[in-house]
Amino acid sequence: MESIINVIELDKYIMLSAALFCIGVTGVLIRRNAIILFMSIELMLNSVNLLLTAFSSYSGDPNGQVFVFFIMAVAAAEVAVGLAIIVVMYRNTSSIDIDLLDKLRN
Amino acid sequence: MDKIFYFLSFLALLSAGMVVATKNPIHSVLYLLVTFTAITGHYILFNAQFLAAVNFIVYMGAIMVLFLFVIMFLNLNEKIEPMKSNLMKFVGVIAGCVLLALFVGTYKSALVMPVQPGVDTQIGLLKSLGLVLFRDFMLPFEVASVLLLAAMIGAVMLAKKDWN
Repeated sequence: MESIINVIELDKYIMLSAALFCIGVTGVLIRRNAIILFMSIELMLNSVNLLLTAFSSYSGDPNGQVFVFFIMAVAAAEVAVGLAIIVVMYRNTSSIDIDLLDKLRN
Repeated sequence: MDKIFYFLSFLALLSAGMVVATKNPIHSVLYLLVTFTAITGHYILFNAQFLAAVNFIVYMGAIMVLFLFVIMFLNLNEKIEPMKSNLMKFVGVIAGCVLLALFVGTYKSALVMPVQPGVDTQIGLLKSLGLVLFRDFMLPFEVASVLLLAAMIGAVMLAKKDWN
């Protein structure tokens, strides 16, 4: 089987990852549901993972893929703690609207 | 081969757009699952078999189930979904497009990395990644396990109701 790196140039992967990252940023900007915000952050993390893998494959260097593995480990820890925070927040305010979370300001 | 690439890219972008556009949180999670499937397909195209397996098991298995579990646990649906005003949505979409234009513009004016001819396509296999992981990245690997333990204890501490 012919390898993908001889068929598709790296530019297309950069564009794809940039577009996915920007969709994630847009999601963080336009939504108020804390869980959807988390999903948008996951989307951004995944676009970065994809780009790291692309660079790693195109330059034949396995270190990039090891970094992707570590990013996945950190993302798993982040999701576990973040969802616990959301559950606590729901218990206190009966809502997951992040616009209600401005108690620190007053 | 390029047809598969374009199909997976289209699927990833479409379902990523649906994640932020759809009102129902459960539909958002399912669309995110489709996005992750497409990204796993990209890993398989790169011959990054280890990452494809880890992405499949950790992201699509564990993390998505966690999201779905919390959404169902909190009984979220589209009737109580908080939404921003249309003006804020418009401004947010414009900001996202500007960021994309910034990325593309920066990339167009940057130096393009030349593709090395005849790179090793076997680097994504379990054997080669395992050798790198346990030789060069031994300490970060162990620290990551401590991080996961700390996150697990932290999540239990936060979500438990009272400690008395």
